[in-house]
Amino acid sequence: MNCQKSGAISCSREQLMSFLYGMQRIRLVEERIGELVASREVRTPCHLSIGQEAIPVGVCAALNEDDTVWGGHRSHGHYLAKGGDLNAMMAEIFGKATGCARGRGGSMHLVAPAQGIFGTVPLVAATIPLAVGAALSGKLRGTHQVAVAFFGDGATDEGHFHESLNLAALYRLPVLFVCENNLYSTHLTLKERRVKDNIVESAALHGLAGVTVDGNDVTAVYQAAQQAVHRARIGEGPTLLECRTYRWRGHVGPAADLEVGADRRRELDEWQRHDPIAQCRALLSTRGVSSDSVDSVAAKVREEIEAAVRFARQSPDPDESELLQHVYAARRGC
Amino acid sequence: MRILTYAQAIREAHAQLLAEDPRVFLIGQGVRNPWYAGTSLQDLDKEFGRDRVIDSPVSENATTGAAIGAAITGMRPILFHPRMDFMLLAADPIMNQAANWSYLFAGQVAVPVVIRAVINRGGEQGAQHSQAVQALFAHVPGLKVVMPATAYDAKGLLIAAVRDGNPVLYIDDRWLYELEEDVPEGLYEVPIGSAAIRRSGRDVTVVATSYMAAEAVKAVATLAQRGIDVELIDLRSIKPWDRNLVYSSVGKTGRLVVADAAWMSGGVAAEIAASVAGEIFHALKAPIARVCLPDAPAPTSAVLEQAYYVGAEDIVASVEKVLL
Repeated sequence: MNCQKSGAISCSREQLMSFLYGMQRIRLVEERIGELVASREVRTPCHLSIGQEAIPVGVCAALNEDDTVWGGHRSHGHYLAKGGDLNAMMAEIFGKATGCARGRGGSMHLVAPAQGIFGTVPLVAATIPLAVGAALSGKLRGTHQVAVAFFGDGATDEGHFHESLNLAALYRLPVLFVCENNLYSTHLTLKERRVKDNIVESAALHGLAGVTVDGNDVTAVYQAAQQAVHRARIGEGPTLLECRTYRWRGHVGPAADLEVGADRRRELDEWQRHDPIAQCRALLSTRGVSSDSVDSVAAKVREEIEAAVRFARQSPDPDESELLQHVYAARRGC
Repeated sequence: MRILTYAQAIREAHAQLLAEDPRVFLIGQGVRNPWYAGTSLQDLDKEFGRDRVIDSPVSENATTGAAIGAAITGMRPILFHPRMDFMLLAADPIMNQAANWSYLFAGQVAVPVVIRAVINRGGEQGAQHSQAVQALFAHVPGLKVVMPATAYDAKGLLIAAVRDGNPVLYIDDRWLYELEEDVPEGLYEVPIGSAAIRRSGRDVTVVATSYMAAEAVKAVATLAQRGIDVELIDLRSIKPWDRNLVYSSVGKTGRLVVADAAWMSGGVAAEIAASVAGEIFHALKAPIARVCLPDAPAPTSAVLEQAYYVGAEDIVASVEKVLL
């Protein structure tokens, strides 16, 4: 695999601290969600991205506030990295009226329009063409906004993916296709679904830039995303960014899905030694940041998470009178 | 006012919407090509440029998804599917995405997209160039579905659809393209959800959609000569549909024939019949009749086609049946 090299050298200590904070926050939030699912307090299906945190953090660090992101079923990390409110997400997962979708979405349908998160939905690959449309919209309006589609390797098995790459390349649209290749589509490994491990080659085939990066190296992800965003903004068109990573937990819920195949235990051990957070901590220690100050970040995040869980528990359920609201939008100004 | 054909009225609505609102753009397969669109989009690319009139690859998923993404982020796209059959490849973006997002995100996201689907049947084109699957989309909460049957409505409903702020399926039928009538020159709207009484009558209510509304005009003239006084309602909107107008008409006549040139089972006519039977059963003096296509794919042979499609004569026969 010809991966783009680490961008650590060009990252400042402050940037690295901010990456570490972002990744640790996603991990701790998801570990907490995993506990809440295991205890049955949370019942909506939750798909955890533990082990993959460097990708949303690295990509979103390269974006402006008004750039848009579009996600799927495994999108807690995308939502948090782009600036979505933690309380609103936690309450959404609890199905509460204070949730980001007022309890209509749960974990799989997150939204925060003010932060450019227009929606994450679990139909595999469904938001890829929507991101293309957001990019087309930006181009027609002359805003230079960039749209990012986050999706897993399973989504590259869908027709949506190939049609969207072609359309975006054809019209040179400012869009980033970020494939979080965690090597599994639910229980099926990549090699059970494709003859070749060559997702990134779809880019060349459709005439757009394609880059593979170590998706567990946040500096490499950031650097590649920055370059792709720059190209998109100056009108040079879309990029497919394949980020190689591994999902530590199962397809859905907190368990590790060790039963899916003989290789899973070995792979998991290997990838856990390649932990994006541990790598970032190691990098920070070479820059003279003490492990105490790193640990104090985690302690603060834990407090924030417990506050979010309390907020969600104490929030009201949606009222039954809301059941049929918003099936249609109220007519807006024309 | 001046006389326009149905196709010219569609074109004029597009041109005026593109001129009026910079958020409006057109995307779809064949938007530059009369083979796909008749005269209904003629030369719009020359007038408004190819940035806003985008003739796309045959990628129903990507173009429909892109139109939806553009709508969510502030545009007012009109998507063109030259054959409804092909649009089924975009069932996910239409039924799972466009239809859901307002509800799913509690009104924080709107999807103001118009999805235009053309029914292009007959001419020995067979099963996959002929389908009229409006019922499939009318079934889905979050979508609106309109089917203009006249030039006036073709223009006014397109304008209302673009301004509506919701995903609206605009379904036109090529068998109507040459119909002519007076069409106002300016922008005007035909309200979505309102049906039109084409003829008042006392004996039987005929509710018809799209092409069958045009056929019903002929049927009603024949029946009038036989002394049968039909009230003809052109439904215009399939979803929402004008329950009040239909109920008040059937309340007066006590008899109902529903004509929809699509399959009978699970169709628009079934929905109307069930609603009337459920809500105003006491008003009915006779069983409700439906004039629909047989539950079979469209055949190719001209002889079989002739047997397959319904028209004015079938409406006449059904009206006479409910009067027996």
